[in-house]
Amino acid sequence: MLSKRLIPCLDVRDGLLTKGVKFQNNQDLGDPVEAARLYYEAGADEIVFYDITASAEGRSLFLNVVERVAEAIFIPFSVGGGVSTVKRMRDVLLCGAEKVSLNSAAVRNPGLIAEAAEAFGSQAVVLGLDAKKVPQSARVPSGYEVVTDGGRSPAKLDALAWALKAEKLGIGEICLNSIDADGTRDGYELELTRLIAENVEVPVIASGGAGSPRHLLDALTEGQASAALFASIVHYKQYTITDLKRYLHDHGCPVRLV
Amino acid sequence: MKSEFLAIIDYKAGNQTSVRRALRHLKIPAEVTADPERLKDASGIIFPGVGAAGQAMAALKEAGLDCAIRELVGAGRPFLGICLGCQIMLDYSEENDTRTLGLFPGKNLRFDKNSRDESGRTIRVPHMGWNTIRVKSSSALFDGVEEGHQFYFVHSYYPNPELKHLLATTYHGGEFCSVFGREGTWAVQFHPEKSGRPGLRMLRNFYEYARRGGGSGC
Repeated sequence: MLSKRLIPCLDVRDGLLTKGVKFQNNQDLGDPVEAARLYYEAGADEIVFYDITASAEGRSLFLNVVERVAEAIFIPFSVGGGVSTVKRMRDVLLCGAEKVSLNSAAVRNPGLIAEAAEAFGSQAVVLGLDAKKVPQSARVPSGYEVVTDGGRSPAKLDALAWALKAEKLGIGEICLNSIDADGTRDGYELELTRLIAENVEVPVIASGGAGSPRHLLDALTEGQASAALFASIVHYKQYTITDLKRYLHDHGCPVRLV
Repeated sequence: MKSEFLAIIDYKAGNQTSVRRALRHLKIPAEVTADPERLKDASGIIFPGVGAAGQAMAALKEAGLDCAIRELVGAGRPFLGICLGCQIMLDYSEENDTRTLGLFPGKNLRFDKNSRDESGRTIRVPHMGWNTIRVKSSSALFDGVEEGHQFYFVHSYYPNPELKHLLATTYHGGEFCSVFGREGTWAVQFHPEKSGRPGLRMLRNFYEYARRGGGSGC
C-alpha cells in the first residue's frame, strides 16, 4: 500500500539554510547539505528545497547546493523558488533534483507548465500553489485565491480552478501551501487541502501550519493529502521524523518506517 | 573484452545522473554511455529509461541500442531495467501504442484511475511515492531486502509480464508486477537509486552478480 510521505522543507538563501515565519525575518540555520543528509538518515521520504535568493550569485550557489545534495542523499528531492524558465529547470534537474516546482512563473505564464511537462515529463513538474482564504465571489467561487510572490500579490485566480487547469496542462503533483496557516503552527488548512485533494487526480502535498503530529495526521486523513510538508517542527528539534512517523503509524496511517 | 564496470545507458545526453551518483556513492565503477560498442565492454548494463515509451524506443533505435541490448541480453550479459527501462523490456506499451524491445512477453498497461485502494478511495495516478514489494520468487537481486522495505515509485503504466517471469508485486488499487525477469535479467518498476538503503542494496546486488560474471563463470 502506498505510504503517506513526510517531507521536510529547507529554505535556502545564498547557499545557506534559513527558516522564515510568514516569509519574513528569516534566520540562518546552517548548511543545507548537512541538514538534508540528517533528514535522509532520519527517514524523510523526500526533501523540498526552496531557493529564496534574489541575486544571480545566490542562484549559482544554489545550484551548487543541489549538486552536493544529490551526492549525499538517495531519496527524491525537489526544488522550488524563482524557477521561471525551462532552462533553469533543466539546470536544476541535471544537478540531480527529481522535481522542480513552478509557482508565480506558472501563474504568469501557464504555458510554461506544458512546456516543462513536455521537456521533462509530468513527474518532474510540481505546481507550487500558494492560496489565501477570501470571501467567495464570482471570480473566486471556492473562497481560496491564488497568491504569488511569496504571498504578497493576489493573482485574481481561484485556487481550485487553477489547480484543475494546471493538472490539465501536465503537472504531476501539487504542493499546496496555505498562506494563512503558514508559520502559525496551528495546523494545516484542512478545508483547503481537502477541497483541492478531492478534486484533482494528482497527489497533493499539504503545506503550511504544521505544529504537531496530530496536524499531520489530520492533513493526511481528513485533508486527503498524499504527503505532508513541514519545517519548524523538525528544524528546531521539537520532533524527530521518527516521532512523527511512529505517531502516524500508531494511528493507522500508512508510513515508511526506517 | 569485458572489464569490471557497469554501463548506464543514456540516449538523452546526460539525463541519467541519479543512477551514476548512487553507484559512485557505492564505489561501483560505472560509465554513462549511448555507444552500443561500449556496452559490450561492460560486465553489466543498467537501463534507467527516461520520458515516454514512444520517444524512448525511437531514440534507442536511432542510436542502434535496441539491437545491441537484444543481442547482449540474449548472450546473458547481466541487465537491469529501471522504471521506463523496465517497461521497455516487455513487447508492447499502451503508452503511445508502442512496440517495445520484447525481451519478455507481456504488455504495459495504464493504471485504471477508477480502481480503489484499501480504504475505498479511488487511486491517484501517477502512482507516486513509497510502497512495499511482495517477493514472489527468490532472486540474487533481493539479497538483504526484507519484507516491509519500501521503494520509491513514480509511474502511470505498469508491466504485466507472464506469471513465470513475475518476481515481486506491489499494491495500488490492485496487485501489479513491480519486479520481473529471470536471474541476471531484471526489470524493476521503482527507482532503486532513489529508494534509500534497500534500493542501494539492490544496485550493489546487481553489481556483485555482474562482477561474478553473471553467475555463469565466464
